[in-house]
Amino acid sequence: MNLEIPETPRRIVVVGGGHGGGAVVGFLRQYGFAGTITLIGEEPVAPYHRPPLSKAWLKGDVTVDGLALKPGPFYSEQNVELRLCVRVESIDPAARCVALATGERLPYDELILATGAYPRTLPLPGAGHHNVMTLRNLADAEKLRGALGPGKRLAIIGGGYVGLECAATARALGAEVVVIEKAPRLLERVASVPISAFLQRYHERHGVGFALAANIEAIEGTDRAEAVRLADGRRFPCDALLIGVGAAPAIALAAAAGIACNDGITVDDDCRTSVPHVFALGDVAKRPHPLYQRALRLESVPSSMEQAKRVAAVITGREPAHAEVPWFWSDQYDLKLQIAGLPFDADELVVRGDPEADKFAVFHLRDGRVVTVEAISAPPEFFAGKKLIASGKVLTAAQLADLAVPLTELIA
Amino acid sequence: MAKITFIEHDGTPHCIEVADGTSLMQGAVSHNVPGIEADCGGAMTCGTCLVSIPPEWLEKAGRRSDEEAQMLQFLGCAADNVRLSCQLIASPDLDGLCVHVPESQG
Repeated sequence: MNLEIPETPRRIVVVGGGHGGGAVVGFLRQYGFAGTITLIGEEPVAPYHRPPLSKAWLKGDVTVDGLALKPGPFYSEQNVELRLCVRVESIDPAARCVALATGERLPYDELILATGAYPRTLPLPGAGHHNVMTLRNLADAEKLRGALGPGKRLAIIGGGYVGLECAATARALGAEVVVIEKAPRLLERVASVPISAFLQRYHERHGVGFALAANIEAIEGTDRAEAVRLADGRRFPCDALLIGVGAAPAIALAAAAGIACNDGITVDDDCRTSVPHVFALGDVAKRPHPLYQRALRLESVPSSMEQAKRVAAVITGREPAHAEVPWFWSDQYDLKLQIAGLPFDADELVVRGDPEADKFAVFHLRDGRVVTVEAISAPPEFFAGKKLIASGKVLTAAQLADLAVPLTELIA
Repeated sequence: MAKITFIEHDGTPHCIEVADGTSLMQGAVSHNVPGIEADCGGAMTCGTCLVSIPPEWLEKAGRRSDEEAQMLQFLGCAADNVRLSCQLIASPDLDGLCVHVPESQG
């Protein structure tokens, strides 16, 4: 018989006011944690939905209040102390406290790091000009919004999700847009060839220009970015330049405290870091994924939510939910892109539906089992694909491609 | 304003007030109702805000759009009384509605 009584945590400190930080405080209360919770964020606003920043928010279709993850009174109602505009300077794992930029020291029984990621930039002269931007938070989006409008010329470096979503929005606002990408195709790291090709055509139809396999030589302009010049001599004049070349995990605070990091904060299945009583979740966490037998750092809202639930369950001694198939989404123009699963070692690609109809899905198979689905404006295919990934049902490419075989039959 | 009761799978009720014109999902998220996860924030992308409503409320709740019906079918919830709570908009008509939250979403 084990007579050891586990210590019940009384004080939880969450560092990072993004989606993961905002979600975990809610789950902790849902799961019955009754101690004190302090949520510390550097931004001046409470946690909000970031995905609309490149879309609805840029267009002015949603207000700051509309972006909020939870409404203003939520935090006081849930007895969560919200500390905004505050930087955490350091963590003292031995004394179990964090030091704030204000000089305060906050003790914790359990610490949750949800510090997220910050946008990568380019080591080019001129990348620091005021009209060169990145997009990660509300302040960035506000700045970008000011640079868009009829006749404004926006150059975007990076043909990833941020670049393409902003390209679509900028076109809707009447700006001229060119996307400059060093890879030979769009979304090279994250989407299949049929999806890249389709999206390129769709954007071109909406007036976006592309320079692929581009080797950038310089950002021209003395006190502002005036043009992007490529090594082949091509030159793209611009009024504003957006750099969307991915994000890097914000590990500095953790690393300085001696917490193991390797492309993110290294965590176990339960999101525990190498240091006792310190968890990490969200974009910053690199965690072994049970479905893929490898450590992954997933930058997505669903992954943050899943990890937030896991951490809250572990802290409150609740049975954690089973692993979920990772998934992602993006909206561009009237298109809804939904992706589930990761295409590791896929050996076959099947297109279901007609890309010319702006509505289709790409299934990735390994040994006859669906491992990934990429759906363009095809939610049924997305949800069916997600089910097939989870079930591991063996199918043939012909069955998947045949629109005469209903999805309900495929998943049965 | 509509008083809505969300009943967790274990029977725990959560009675909340949802302002007219806002979705039941938003109301649930605002009041931290367990089981309504709403990953996508109401973009009809995730299917993690499912509820079931009593048959006698179906008419007042309004019909499902084709898009919603399609999503629900592939979430394995073809039954008429399962809805995405982000698509249920509060109004005086829904005052007193009781919805059930499933054990897990998606």
